[in-house]
Amino acid sequence: MECSYDFKDNVLHVKLTGEIDHHNAKQAREEIDALIERNAPKKLYLDLSNITFCDSSGLGLVMGRMKKAAEFGAAFVIRNPSPAVNRILNIAGMDKLVKIEKYAAAENK
Amino acid sequence: MKKQIKTKPLNTLKCVFPVKSVNEGLSRMIVAAFISQLDPTVSELSDMKTVISEAVTNCIVHAYKGFPDKSKAFVYIYGEYYSDGRVVIKVKDKGVGIEDVKLARQPLYTTDRENERSGMGFTIMESFTDKLRVYSKKGKGTTVVIEKRIGL
Repeated sequence: MECSYDFKDNVLHVKLTGEIDHHNAKQAREEIDALIERNAPKKLYLDLSNITFCDSSGLGLVMGRMKKAAEFGAAFVIRNPSPAVNRILNIAGMDKLVKIEKYAAAENK
Repeated sequence: MKKQIKTKPLNTLKCVFPVKSVNEGLSRMIVAAFISQLDPTVSELSDMKTVISEAVTNCIVHAYKGFPDKSKAFVYIYGEYYSDGRVVIKVKDKGVGIEDVKLARQPLYTTDRENERSGMGFTIMESFTDKLRVYSKKGKGTTVVIEKRIGL
């Protein structure tokens, strides 16, 4: 699992690449939380377009980051969830709880 | 009474590995490779990988909680597939067992909230399979039986 980020104009873009399962969700959680704490962004974009596998640990990760962003008063948006992520988000009804942007402009990636 | 004819599986799989989270990826790859002989669609393969990952994660996170010696804690996977495309995978542990299986299968129910477990594992397993059976006995362990038809 790879985690890349970009912080500009109080907006934090985090992009995850690889597989989200219980084994590697912890690492992603720690990295994203450290970025939120360090930058205190106004908005957090979580790009999940490059996730090739996602199970309920991915749900936990998204729910947890949504809470963490709310603690810091940041808006939370999931960007371009891959089909694997989409399926899990839909089953849990998360698509109604979280703002999801699909096919967003390439310059914001 | 109608006599049921028991068909023999075309192929079987047996696999045992220690309860280490690094083996979640291994287990789903093994099962994916096993069922690939039935020529599954990308979506069927992805569903099966997710289900196996959920079942094995349960063994790793919950089954051996409080066990002093985890070197003797294992996850057992047994697989079978039949000529009609039916795949049966059993994921078994010899851990603490589930006190109330009905409750554990409820959406959003988890005993491990602090580690951000979503409580959706069984719900996802049910959604992605044709049949899901859970056998558990306190202090003896749990077996999850997953059934799904592939390539229809």
